[in-house]
Amino acid sequence: MTFRQGFAHNRGALAGLAVLIGVVVLAAAAPVLFPFDPWDSRGAPLLPPGGAFAFGTDMLGRDVIAGIFHGARVSLFIGVVSTLFAVALGVVIGAVSGYFGGAVDDVLMRFTELFQTVPSFVLAVLLVAILTPGLASIVLAIAVVTWPPVARLARSEFLTLRHREFVEAAVLSGVSTPRIILVELLPNALTPIVIMASLMVATAILTESALSFLGLGDPNHISWGYMIGAARAVFRQAWWLSVFPGLAIFLTVLAINLVGEGLTDALNPHLRRRGATP
Amino acid sequence: MRFLTFLLAWAVKAAAIVLTIVVLNFCLIRLAPGDVATVLAGESGAADPEFLARTRAEFGLDKPLAAQLLTYVGNVLTLDLGVSYRTRRPVADMVLERLPATLMLTGAAFVFALLVGPALGVLAAIRARRPADTAITVLALLFYAMPIFWVGLILILVFSVTLGWLPPFGMRSIIPPVGDVARALDVPRHLVLPTLTLGLFYVAIYARLTRGAMLETAGLDFVKTARAKGLPEWRVVGAHVFRCAMLPIITFAGLQAGHLVGGAIVAETVFAWPGIGRLAFDALLQRDYNLLLAVFLASAVAVVLINFATDLLLRIADPRIGAGR
Repeated sequence: MTFRQGFAHNRGALAGLAVLIGVVVLAAAAPVLFPFDPWDSRGAPLLPPGGAFAFGTDMLGRDVIAGIFHGARVSLFIGVVSTLFAVALGVVIGAVSGYFGGAVDDVLMRFTELFQTVPSFVLAVLLVAILTPGLASIVLAIAVVTWPPVARLARSEFLTLRHREFVEAAVLSGVSTPRIILVELLPNALTPIVIMASLMVATAILTESALSFLGLGDPNHISWGYMIGAARAVFRQAWWLSVFPGLAIFLTVLAINLVGEGLTDALNPHLRRRGATP
Repeated sequence: MRFLTFLLAWAVKAAAIVLTIVVLNFCLIRLAPGDVATVLAGESGAADPEFLARTRAEFGLDKPLAAQLLTYVGNVLTLDLGVSYRTRRPVADMVLERLPATLMLTGAAFVFALLVGPALGVLAAIRARRPADTAITVLALLFYAMPIFWVGLILILVFSVTLGWLPPFGMRSIIPPVGDVARALDVPRHLVLPTLTLGLFYVAIYARLTRGAMLETAGLDFVKTARAKGLPEWRVVGAHVFRCAMLPIITFAGLQAGHLVGGAIVAETVFAWPGIGRLAFDALLQRDYNLLLAVFLASAVAVVLINFATDLLLRIADPRIGAGR
């Protein structure tokens, strides 16, 4: 079964992909459909959903649906960029650890283990707070707390690949070490890392939403977590302020998880045969 | 004797983690723009000169960096974590009085998740590919994708605002309820929604993990042997498959401890639960970094304690671990 067939057989993954494409379209269309600053007051405060404002307005009369469209940009951006950084960091550490082994491996893995035990969300909160909230500090904080599992995975991949014949051949023919790691080993270790990365995007979006819920979002960009956090004082009277942005986070994360599982199934037929994944 | 080695190894690990956090804290303060004293005072310019002078002296800012680090580590090890700029109280005291509430909440959520999650996973595995399995799998998928704070808000909306069954915030009623039973149930009643909020995410994870591990173990030879020698099905599932499937779950639960404590910040913020998470949120609002750093250290200690508990559990679940290699 080819990759495409495998993925297409998974109804959940297809549904997830559809939703995900929808969110990307949402993000792309935001400046066209709502060509104004989502922070601007557009009408009376706390209007319930329906009428001129499909999802209602918040306590300052801001349009909730505009916030959701514009917020999609922040969520996707942070999810993808912070994952890229975390994967880069994790792969470098894991690759060096797995390739060289011995004392280097020992030290790096202890380091990774320590980072894994550190309460990651608390560290992310601290980092963003101290570096002042902004897209860059949020990306950095999420990357810093999510790389350890990537490092462990990359290490185990490199460890098994390290002694394969094609690597020995490359070493004997005098290929430089960085070239072996990047050109010979990395492409072969990439599949499981890509699967892990796809699921990390979902976690990153959840983390970003929690950070901005706590008031640590970028003050220049509206985000879903911020909308829920800001509406907390009035959420008994105005349920729509927390329910709609929450649904947006939930659906996006769910969609990414489904796509990630679809990837796992399609790229890992061995697992599917054993029935370990639905 | 073996248990002693275990305790010793654990103590070394705990010390390493705590020391890392202390050094990390030090680096974080240095990372912030501005000098340490103004950073800790939370705002540059308007800070109180007496506090600034005191903090500068405490950190030994005129000495080289290595000496500063040593002073800082020394201070922390003697539990001198500095003073909160806002309240002028030692932050160690502030954190210690809030710690029990957090341990209660994270403990309750941990136990809840470890009881319900694997149970659902076992049920799903026994009924693999039947309606019960589908229902559990879908539910786990849904809860796995919901932000914790949102689950909390929705639970409040349903169980407090609409149904009026459970209190929406705090740890105790402002007016103590009348009657012994009601008074004894006051804190537990307040605990229910925060525990659900924090725990459901992990219920989802453990249910998925258990289901997977059970199905994988069910195909192994020792299970076939157990069946072949005529053991009743409940013994095969309970004593053989489940016991084996539990090991990765406990290990994973230990790894997730840090995550759980982080989730407590969010859950406590939603429910105004008077623990260190809520304290961290207040510190965040007031840019009270000394307090925030102390919370970070305390949460790391909480993680170490949970790790210890899971290690102990693991030794009980799998006697081979205690028997040495």
